[in-house]
Amino acid sequence: MNDSKVTINLSVNGQDTTVRVPSRTLLSELLRDTLGLTGTHVGCDTSQCGVCTVWMDGLAVKSCTILAAQADQSAVVTVEGLARGITLHPVQRAFQAEHGLQCGFCTPGAMMLAAWYIQHHHETSETAIREALDGLICRCTGYENIVRSVQRALAFQQEDETPVAAGREEEVSS
Amino acid sequence: MSRKLWGENVARREDIRLVQGQGQFTDDRVLPGMLYAAILRSPHAHAKIRQIDVASAQKMPGVIKVYTGSMVSGHLGTIPTAWIPPDSQLKMVPHPPLAVDRVRYVGEAVALVVAQDPYQAEEALYRILVDYEPLPAISDPVQALESSSPRLHEEAPENVALHWKVGTDTDEVFSGADVVVRQTFRQQRLIPNPMEPRSALVQYNSATGDMTAWLTTQNPHIHRFLMSGILGIPEHKLRVIAQDVGGGFGSKIACYADEVLTAFAARDLMRPVKWTESRSEHFVATTHGRDHYDEVELAGTKAGRVLAVRVKTYANMGAYLSTAGPGVPTILFGLIVNGAYDIAQASAEVYGVFTNTTPVDAYRGAGRPEATFLIERIMDVYAREIGMDPVELRRINLIKKEQFPYTNPFGIVYDSGDYHQTLDLALKTLDYASLRQEREALRRQHKYMGVGFSTYVEMCGLGPSQVAGAVGFQGGLWESATIRLHPTGKATVLTGASPHGQGEETTFGQIVADRLGIPLEDIDVVHGDTDRVSMGWGTYGSRSTAVGGGALAKAADRIVEKAKIIAAHMLEVPVGAVQYDAGQFYPEGSRERAVGIQDVTLQAHLGWNLPEGVEPGMEVSAFYDPTNFTYPFGTHVAVVSVDPDTGEVKLLRYLAVDDCGPAINPMIVEGQVHGGVVQGVGQALYEGAVYDGDGQLVSGSFMDYAMPKARFFPRLETQRTETPSPHNPLGVKGVGETGTIASTPAVVNAVMDALSSFGVVNLDMPLTPPKVWQAIQTSMAKGGPS
Ligand code: FES
Ligand code: FES
Repeated sequence: MNDSKVTINLSVNGQDTTVRVPSRTLLSELLRDTLGLTGTHVGCDTSQCGVCTVWMDGLAVKSCTILAAQADQSAVVTVEGLARGITLHPVQRAFQAEHGLQCGFCTPGAMMLAAWYIQHHHETSETAIREALDGLICRCTGYENIVRSVQRALAFQQEDETPVAAGREEEVSS
Repeated sequence: MSRKLWGENVARREDIRLVQGQGQFTDDRVLPGMLYAAILRSPHAHAKIRQIDVASAQKMPGVIKVYTGSMVSGHLGTIPTAWIPPDSQLKMVPHPPLAVDRVRYVGEAVALVVAQDPYQAEEALYRILVDYEPLPAISDPVQALESSSPRLHEEAPENVALHWKVGTDTDEVFSGADVVVRQTFRQQRLIPNPMEPRSALVQYNSATGDMTAWLTTQNPHIHRFLMSGILGIPEHKLRVIAQDVGGGFGSKIACYADEVLTAFAARDLMRPVKWTESRSEHFVATTHGRDHYDEVELAGTKAGRVLAVRVKTYANMGAYLSTAGPGVPTILFGLIVNGAYDIAQASAEVYGVFTNTTPVDAYRGAGRPEATFLIERIMDVYAREIGMDPVELRRINLIKKEQFPYTNPFGIVYDSGDYHQTLDLALKTLDYASLRQEREALRRQHKYMGVGFSTYVEMCGLGPSQVAGAVGFQGGLWESATIRLHPTGKATVLTGASPHGQGEETTFGQIVADRLGIPLEDIDVVHGDTDRVSMGWGTYGSRSTAVGGGALAKAADRIVEKAKIIAAHMLEVPVGAVQYDAGQFYPEGSRERAVGIQDVTLQAHLGWNLPEGVEPGMEVSAFYDPTNFTYPFGTHVAVVSVDPDTGEVKLLRYLAVDDCGPAINPMIVEGQVHGGVVQGVGQALYEGAVYDGDGQLVSGSFMDYAMPKARFFPRLETQRTETPSPHNPLGVKGVGETGTIASTPAVVNAVMDALSSFGVVNLDMPLTPPKVWQAIQTSMAKGGPS
């Protein structure tokens, strides 16, 4: 057993935070238990399902597979930070429009992955999107409507005059 | 009824919270003073417990209390079995929440630790010393019947949990038939794996004796009913809440030891206690599905007329009988083994067998996928035997439109259908003739493509309570609905269904909005709380819309009935002269004088001037018990290619043509089909629980158990026809399970079609590359493809 604690400075959804947690704390636990951001879910204990996906310094990462201590000095974005005030992120709008979720448990992870994808890729082909979703397990949707959601999100992103995703990127890298 | 929203792809209202991370799943909830529970599970498939030493665990930092079986056994009932099929010689065996002197499967609960934080609870588990005396274990249901096999329960000396027979005498038909085909099938064990692991959070108020349990359940009222008995808490003192539930697929129906123990500890310690399973625990501690050995025989003519079908099944029940476990391989399976075909004679004989494995219970489709697999597969075996196209064979034998209502050989009455129409639509959509040509052309180039069909029917919308009683289900299967119109005309709708991904907050809203002419935004659908919803039997067996929706339609009609009387009074005309349409009441022919339902509701609440004998307020409840099950049907087609060099099966196309009656929200219906299909394909190609000879689950994580992924699939194609069910007010049939029921045999049939030139008739699922490759190699060794 390890009682040692670490101090971590990080920004979560644009807000600077300092926390002191046991050094073994996982990023997913820091988010859910310490910060009360329960939008990030945990679906496995072997780093396979991707339900816990968040952004760390602009990269989509599995928060159950990263120690909170590794997030020191980094900028983390979770599902709670996707929307801009009351304006939903293109991915959030797309998942609703295309029925990309059923039980909604994998959805935060699926959307963080999708949001990362549309920010970095513009490939709308099924094959590319299905490949990109490989880190996600969804038991409800059969992925079909998640794929369509990603395609729709790409379209929404293009339509948006000031793409929210681009704004995020600046914020994350600052 | 105005149908403004009926049939519309209304965006789901539950999504608003879920896409913003604002869902409230059980594990998200934190209560002041909350403690955490962890459960020590047996590492042995079968062992005697000589002794359990908890002294050092008890001393670990943060540990509040450690419980063992002997500590709780006097204070807790056993985990119940709530389905006792008649004439099944069911052996009820005790299933203590914590093992006392013997464990019978890997994952069985042995001790419970409650600590200040989850890490401390987990760590203390490692300090509990259990002295086990390992016993020989058995995991295969057929081997378990051998006399030399280890025995699990004194009550079941042969390991036979149940033996059940149903159907007609088929012997004569078989002995006289021109063609008899026989095939044994293995329907492997599956692990449900909803993405949300199970969880329980329980709070007890020692002053009032009230207990609140937040549970990951598909049926909160059934949990309340069962848990009140096990815990000895009066039912009115126990509140079960299932707010957001992250999928179930049958695995969240059962009452488990884990939630009972969590509740027990919360009461004992007078502190809130939370327990959440890890995924690894889910693999061993949550019920599994399927796991059959089946022997199937079909008798027919050379011209392709099926005369009889006979099934003998060995169903693995696991180590104990789970809540609905015994009903799955019997009632939900045996009564429909003739499938969608007009077969005069049919019989099923089922042995339910105890083995040293995790208990088996409902998994999406529960019994009906197993039955459908057998009939759809044996039809293809028969087609090949007589050299007939499987489509032609199906066309000959499918029940015809004019035969409905159709009584099958087991006395089950199929409600309505046009089975041929779905088949024709599928053939047209696919251009079947050119697919066949393409297949032949590819074959000449030594490329192997296959097309597989499944023309299924299933039995859902569970169901008439009278039938539930007759088939030994220890509960009712009706549903309740309450519509409460507030003074401002907004509505709260309460349903006994307990959706966990199926979208009834939206579809039920659509039903009420249409019937009452109230905007959807003004309606909230409440479910999953036994204190708010008076009673209900939950969500499973594709019953929520057929039965819960039926109750809702009844309640809405009653609201209109009452409102009409008040409206007549307001309009100063006789009730008989009042017309109603989309929330408006008006005297015949003068719509301009209409009063809206909101105004009427306000008057009902004010009560200043109500007609004589009319009670104030505007709230009604309805209870609806259907008169029959519903029978969705359709045609699913899979097109696959098989790479002879690697054995890899690739799904090229998948088409689902379903008829689940009229769709309230086609988008949601389609989504249900997608999810179901992928789960069914998972069984055909990827998934399978594997136990080794010692009863260890070797496929116990997502690393070893292949879950379907996005890249394994092509775009899924869906089509629908709409044949209403005459049995419920909405005409709907249910669609939650059709995809899983239909798709597994469609895919296996397609692979067997691709392998037909290698002479391969059957392979056991999942059809993984090594298995397929080996079959091809064996055929090559005998001289190669024909
Ligand atoms: S919870 Fe992180 S990958 Fe499954
Ligand atoms: S929506 Fe339920 S797991 Fe993806």
